[in-house]
Amino acid sequence: MNVNQSAPPVPPFGQPQPVYLGHHQSSYGGQPGSTTAPTSYGAYNGPVPGYQQTPPPGVSRAPPSSGAPPASTAQGPCGQTAYGQFGQGDVQNGPSSTVQMQRLPGYQPFGSAILAPVVSQPAVLQPYGPPPTSAQVTAQLAGMQISGTVAPASPPSGLGYGPPTSLASASGSFPNSGLYGSYPQGQAPPLGQAQGHPGTQPPQRSVPLQASSFTPPASGGPRMPSMTGPLLPGQSFGGPPVSQPNHVSSPAPQALPPGTQMTGPPGPPLPPMHSSQQPGYQLQQNGSFGPTRGPQSNYGSPYPGAAAFGSQPGPPQPLPAKRLDPDAIPSPIQVIEDDRNNRGSEPFVTGVRGQVPPLVTTNFLVKDQGNASPRYIRCTSYNIPCTSDMAKQAQVPLAAVIKPLARLPPEEASPYVVDHGESGPLRCNRCKAYMCPFMQFVEGGRRFQCCFCSCINDVPPQYFQHLDHTGKRVDAYDRPELSLGSYEFLATVDYCKNNKFPSPPAFIFMIDVSYNAIRSGLVRLLCEELKSLLDFLPREGRAEESAIRVGFVTYNKVLHFYNVKSSLAQPQMMVVSDVGDMFVPLLDGFLVNVNESQAVITSLLDQIPEMFADTRETETVFAPVIQAGMEALKAAECAGKLFLFHTSLPIAEAPGKLKNRDDRKLINTDKEKTLFQPQTGAYQTLAKECVAQGCCVDLFLFPNQYVDVATLSVVPQLTGGSVYKYACFQVENDQERFLSDLRRDVQKVVGFDAVMRVRTSTGIRAVDFFGAFYMNNTTDVELAGLDGDKTVTVEFKHDDRLNEENGALLQCALLYTSCAGQRRLRIHNLALNCCTQLADLYRNCETDTLINYMAKFAYRGVLSSPVKTVRDTLITQCAQILACYRKNCASPSSAGQLILPECMKLLPVYLNCVLKSDVLQPGAEVTTDDRAYVRQLVTSMDVAETNVFFYPRLLPLTKSPIENTTEPPAVRASEERLSNGDIYLLENGLNLFLWVGASVQQGVVQSLFGVSSFSQITSGLSVLPVLDNLLSKKVQGLIDSLRAQRSRYMKLIVVKQEDKLETLFKHFLVEDKSLSGGASYVDFLCHMHKEIRQLLS
Amino acid sequence: MVMLYGRKSQVDYRAKLWACNFCFQRNQFPPAYAGISEVNQPAELMPQFSTVEYVIQRGAQSPLIFLYVVDTCLEEDDLQALKESLQMSLSLLPPDALVGLITFGRMVQVHELSCEGISKSYVFRGTKDLTAKQIQDMLGLTKPAVPVHPARPAQPQEHPSISSRFLQPIHKIDMNLTDLLGELQRDPWPVPQGKRPLRSTGVALSIAVGLLEGTFPNTGARIMLFIGGPPTQGPGMVVGDELKVPIRSWHDIEKDNARFMKKATKHYEMLANRAAANGHCIDIYACALDQTGLLEMKCCTNLTGGHMVMGDSFNTSLFKQTFQRIFSKDFNGNFRMAFGATLEVKTSRELKVAGAIGPCVSLNVKGPCVSENELGVGGTSQWKICGLDPTSTLGIYFEVVNQHNAPIPQGGRGAIQFVTHYQHSSTQRRIRVTTIARNWADAQSQLKHIEAAFDQEAAAVLMARLGVFRAESEEGPDVLRWLDRQLIRLCQKFGQYTKEDPASFRLSDSFSLYPQFMFHLRRSPFLQVFNNSPDESSYYRHHFARQDLTQSLIMIQPILYSYSFHGPPEPVLLDSSSILADRILLMDTFFQIVIYLGETIAQWQKAGYQDMPEYENFKHLLQAPLDDAQEILHARFPMPRYINTEHGGSQARFLLSKVNPSQTHNNLYAWGQETGAPILTDDVSLQVFMDHLKKLAVSSAC
Repeated sequence: MNVNQSAPPVPPFGQPQPVYLGHHQSSYGGQPGSTTAPTSYGAYNGPVPGYQQTPPPGVSRAPPSSGAPPASTAQGPCGQTAYGQFGQGDVQNGPSSTVQMQRLPGYQPFGSAILAPVVSQPAVLQPYGPPPTSAQVTAQLAGMQISGTVAPASPPSGLGYGPPTSLASASGSFPNSGLYGSYPQGQAPPLGQAQGHPGTQPPQRSVPLQASSFTPPASGGPRMPSMTGPLLPGQSFGGPPVSQPNHVSSPAPQALPPGTQMTGPPGPPLPPMHSSQQPGYQLQQNGSFGPTRGPQSNYGSPYPGAAAFGSQPGPPQPLPAKRLDPDAIPSPIQVIEDDRNNRGSEPFVTGVRGQVPPLVTTNFLVKDQGNASPRYIRCTSYNIPCTSDMAKQAQVPLAAVIKPLARLPPEEASPYVVDHGESGPLRCNRCKAYMCPFMQFVEGGRRFQCCFCSCINDVPPQYFQHLDHTGKRVDAYDRPELSLGSYEFLATVDYCKNNKFPSPPAFIFMIDVSYNAIRSGLVRLLCEELKSLLDFLPREGRAEESAIRVGFVTYNKVLHFYNVKSSLAQPQMMVVSDVGDMFVPLLDGFLVNVNESQAVITSLLDQIPEMFADTRETETVFAPVIQAGMEALKAAECAGKLFLFHTSLPIAEAPGKLKNRDDRKLINTDKEKTLFQPQTGAYQTLAKECVAQGCCVDLFLFPNQYVDVATLSVVPQLTGGSVYKYACFQVENDQERFLSDLRRDVQKVVGFDAVMRVRTSTGIRAVDFFGAFYMNNTTDVELAGLDGDKTVTVEFKHDDRLNEENGALLQCALLYTSCAGQRRLRIHNLALNCCTQLADLYRNCETDTLINYMAKFAYRGVLSSPVKTVRDTLITQCAQILACYRKNCASPSSAGQLILPECMKLLPVYLNCVLKSDVLQPGAEVTTDDRAYVRQLVTSMDVAETNVFFYPRLLPLTKSPIENTTEPPAVRASEERLSNGDIYLLENGLNLFLWVGASVQQGVVQSLFGVSSFSQITSGLSVLPVLDNLLSKKVQGLIDSLRAQRSRYMKLIVVKQEDKLETLFKHFLVEDKSLSGGASYVDFLCHMHKEIRQLLS
Repeated sequence: MVMLYGRKSQVDYRAKLWACNFCFQRNQFPPAYAGISEVNQPAELMPQFSTVEYVIQRGAQSPLIFLYVVDTCLEEDDLQALKESLQMSLSLLPPDALVGLITFGRMVQVHELSCEGISKSYVFRGTKDLTAKQIQDMLGLTKPAVPVHPARPAQPQEHPSISSRFLQPIHKIDMNLTDLLGELQRDPWPVPQGKRPLRSTGVALSIAVGLLEGTFPNTGARIMLFIGGPPTQGPGMVVGDELKVPIRSWHDIEKDNARFMKKATKHYEMLANRAAANGHCIDIYACALDQTGLLEMKCCTNLTGGHMVMGDSFNTSLFKQTFQRIFSKDFNGNFRMAFGATLEVKTSRELKVAGAIGPCVSLNVKGPCVSENELGVGGTSQWKICGLDPTSTLGIYFEVVNQHNAPIPQGGRGAIQFVTHYQHSSTQRRIRVTTIARNWADAQSQLKHIEAAFDQEAAAVLMARLGVFRAESEEGPDVLRWLDRQLIRLCQKFGQYTKEDPASFRLSDSFSLYPQFMFHLRRSPFLQVFNNSPDESSYYRHHFARQDLTQSLIMIQPILYSYSFHGPPEPVLLDSSSILADRILLMDTFFQIVIYLGETIAQWQKAGYQDMPEYENFKHLLQAPLDDAQEILHARFPMPRYINTEHGGSQARFLLSKVNPSQTHNNLYAWGQETGAPILTDDVSLQVFMDHLKKLAVSSAC
């Protein structure tokens, strides 16, 4: 990216990297050194925030920060300009009154800060140049140097970048900036702590960052030259990642001391970034990676260009090294930290159309002012091209990731329930869209115009209300459906199956009692747990007891149903051996109220493990079990959920019988796709019946060997259920994980028998859907069950023109039955902007969401195409997206530079993670079942989950002072980041590793593991001893909080450095080259650069 | 060929040899008979012991097995009564008897009896026809894949282990089963308005048969099926579940309008044959006001020797006492029942076996003594009778052969031996041998001998069985014509008459009652279906085909006793002329006991004379038939329907339909007189019947 660019002005490569470090350092050292530095940081930060606003901004920030420092002088102006832009941004933000107000102040400080930074900027810039680190920075730099690349960073545009998107971006950024303003204070502290280093500066920095980020862009241009300078230093710095944080932090400095602290922390992470980034920087802005030495070298051979790339600008010189400094390429950590700092402290107010929300990794509150919270809907872009030509040109997928029943933090209110009485919810007569804040009332309120299809509808008399002078209904703020983005309607009987209000749903527990299940202790454990768990079934609101009824089935080759009617003295078991033609043998007494039948149920659960204790039956059936559950629900005329606990490949003679077809030889052949396809169509048919009945299936697997997850998961997948897999289950080791998952799964709030429909403004249309559901036609997403973790990704395509003025509206309507049996409609509305300029599109993208979409797209692709094709498609699409940007939005620059849009500067690294995931590039140790399992898991993941799943979090535990109680800042997922004197936690939402360096202090080992030396630590340990000391408590606390964040319990595995388990661990260091042949980040970036160059030429 | 001794054998005491008089082979006596001599004869050789029973010590003794198959689609009180009866029956079983329980309604449940803490059952869909193999697989009865053990000894031990879950010794699970029966609920599936409950009798029975087949083949066992309505679904369904479509009637059957009959019959026949093949007998206890499908299911009892009991409700003494009587014991404390019998008939060479009619199936054993002409179940010399009790009979028909080629030696005797292997209720295997010999008489020259030896009662019953047997497969009128022809031929042969002069016709004493029996047989419900439902016909025919001679005669021609002040009770003619105002009549038709008070008697009773001390004799008169009826009720199996009626009572029809209509509305005035009661019928009277018979017998046209 810029690196190159930066290089041009200065020796790009080598320098850039150094710069990064330098940046950090420089920022740290330098800034500190120079009084101005902090200010400069501030400035940087300032800008950064702007960038951060959008994810891209984050990227931009880094650059800015970096940029800022170096550019100091040069930037100064930039910064100013940037501010100017900001100002505009503010204006735009303006709409969001109060918040903005806050922001404004923030800005001002920034402005000032910026000025100050300006000075520093030069310095920073230099570092930046090198530090292409944060995409932002790069962006800025790029913006500066590269121009445009930093589309996101409008400021850059201002600088030079500005041109492309500048204004828009600026505006976008502004709001953020505003946020930032607020953030700094709040955030600052945490960051500071995290960072540890920059005691003083950090705080300041944080603020600066925001400001700086902005500035950088502005400065970008000018800085360029300076950049180079910094680069050199950067190189030197390279080592200290911390420095970056400083950078970041630095910007904030003066203006917002508290903020600065915040930034400080972020800064640190950045630094490393920077170092790498510098090149990255260049990259970022322009995405000029070329310089990347390492990669080049790697690719080197492959890419002759690599050298060329790098070389183009200055890299050649410094880089004879040939290696692209990893610190110089965009760092996810940096971006995340920046966004956290800049946007974490202020609520995200949804009143403005097309606003890009904070990153999923940022903690923020949402205020619903007319658009659905990003917790419910996230889009790949908040600015949609007006025409399909444009969309095709950009190749940026237009998709929304929708989580209709998302759980909200306690601070946010769940959607209001609106009752429109007997006539049911008010809808457009033509397109059937539901009443929403975007409907226009006309003719004095007697009619309303549908915002989706423009049809004019009469307002029913009972709904009539006068309009005020602005044409708004007087009661707009009294009615959730007129003022909020998300709300619920009570459904009338017309919305119910068979025109009958549904009965409360039921849970049926279906337990495998074959030999394996008994022997592993599973059955005993499960039965024991169920006794208490049943008291915690989901209930509606403040209901005294759950309306959900429960039933029990055990099975091996035959099924055993249990009559647990409360009037019975003891349970009755009914065996159905006719698995070929399953039926439910009893009506009364199978599904019961837990409280009423407590005694019988307890007696049953006591007896189940005893009854089968001596079983020698090893064969199991599967399809008949689901069939039975479904029939039971059908007989009871209710929807519900089956909890299946299953251990083995169903080989008993019955429908859905499977054979072992696992064949690793198929990998990398055209037949590889068969490994992901179900063996038989029987399960699809079954799933269809389940969906029709509203029967959701959750599957808990406990395989000791191949069970054909690809086939077994078909029904859960199509019914909106979940699959949990515990390979080689042993009570001692896996009990906690299983029970925790089970408790969560049973207790979570679920909607049943749901249908989801996404309506859009005329011009675009939902064309494709990804997730765990079934579709009978092209528009209705049918979900037998839907919980707060399940996500549906929807892709849109143009079928007409959109116009900028009206924007594009989405309305997601979910009709479902609540856990108390109430039929409801949940409505989410979201308004997006439309653009005629590609740059606007690139400036309002969200990479995390994009990756979510692309991963799901690819993971579905493997069902029908060879994996290689799927991988190539992804790479090509990514290259096209970036090439389009380069061609249309970035300022002209050398072809050797890799220029990335600010908002997408992480696209390559994340995409690489997707490409080398187990599904698309399996390692030798990855089983076919694992791949199928992961494949279906990802299908319904939300953005936060895919983000951490593909790019795991790596948290150093011993870097920051023990007293520091906040979560430590993450480091990049690369072996180079691990120091053998430290301990790290790594998590990806499914796995949790504790990596212990070989030369960790004995004291630490003692206080954490309770043993005296490294060698005494048990490798593979899954539970840390509970010890009464600060470190132990802190680590335990951290682990607990990580687990609490994820929808599945992560089992801890302690990995010692140099131990054989380390291979497993290293698999998750996704920036490194993987054993299975996955490219390292640097290598991939070079490859991507090459692809882009090819496209451009 | 193994021959059993019989007194008809020629014995050479010195050589310790005996010659078989069926095949004339000379045989050595076994060592156990070493001591025999002319003065020390074994029982077999003594003429007074025509029947000898041997106890076989070899082989494992298997316990008695009772498998209850219970319909749960009953009214609450019916079910309650049935449950109590079943619980009661448990106490009557010997402690080592194996019992099992299958309940059914919409689904079929096979209860596992050995579980503690939780009651366990296997459930089957009531609509699916399963093969024996499938049933055994599903019940987990197929032997676990143990490597093939050619060693025989393993066999006996496996039985208990495999079957233990469903068939348990009563002493082990007495409490369990009692509780289980106590907790038995009505079929829980809702029955919509206008529908019959879904009742899976066909599948339930199929599973019962399959279960025993898999666990105790060739061992005596009793499947007891209790039903409260017709099978309405699955294989063996007799009627649909729509109440508006009534169950088939004779009318429907004649019109070929009984949709399910053929299929259902086939299903039950298949089951009956399988059960019979394994030596298991099936009882049917059907208690319902409407038909329950006995027509289709009759083969289950008829082929296996099971009981068929029909009643209105399980909550009646008719059912309760009948059921209790099944478990009556002899003076040794053994049940009066036997299982898994085979009857082999051996004949001397002048005779051949034409067939048997009774609760049996053919074992298809051909042999030189098997006739080519079949009468009843023929073509074999051996039959299997899965369930026997002291009243069970088989009608066996013989043919005299080869009269022309090998004339019967003068003075010779024809011998027949009946060899019955069976499992005694004490679980012993036994063999009972009955040997009879009769002198030959020449049909031309010694007609008088034949005439004198004619047992007209036995002949009537045997002919009736043949007729009823035919009626199962042929049109009613054809059977009647056939019977008439036989009767006419008999009269022609043995009557004394002048040709073409009906008035001259005479029959000797030994034939005198025979035409009358035939007359009543023609009117009996065994051959007439009018006024009877198909189920009732099946029920009557079932019993007719297995009861002994006396009972059979009662069925053909009910007994009528008259009680009056004129003298002691006396049997009177089964004739309308016997119905007098000052008499009390007691009629026993086997299936019904009717007490009928004549007009005057009824008036007296209404006036309450019996309560006046001065008319105590009237009280005694009223009481006398009641006491006699009780006596009959106590001895009879199945319990007859007990009807107490009077002149003009609606139930009097039971009596009126049985008596010979010598006085009808047609001839009432011609006969005038104060005697008797006119019967409103167009049926011919005995008088008319006899007139016709005479005319035809003397006619040379025939």
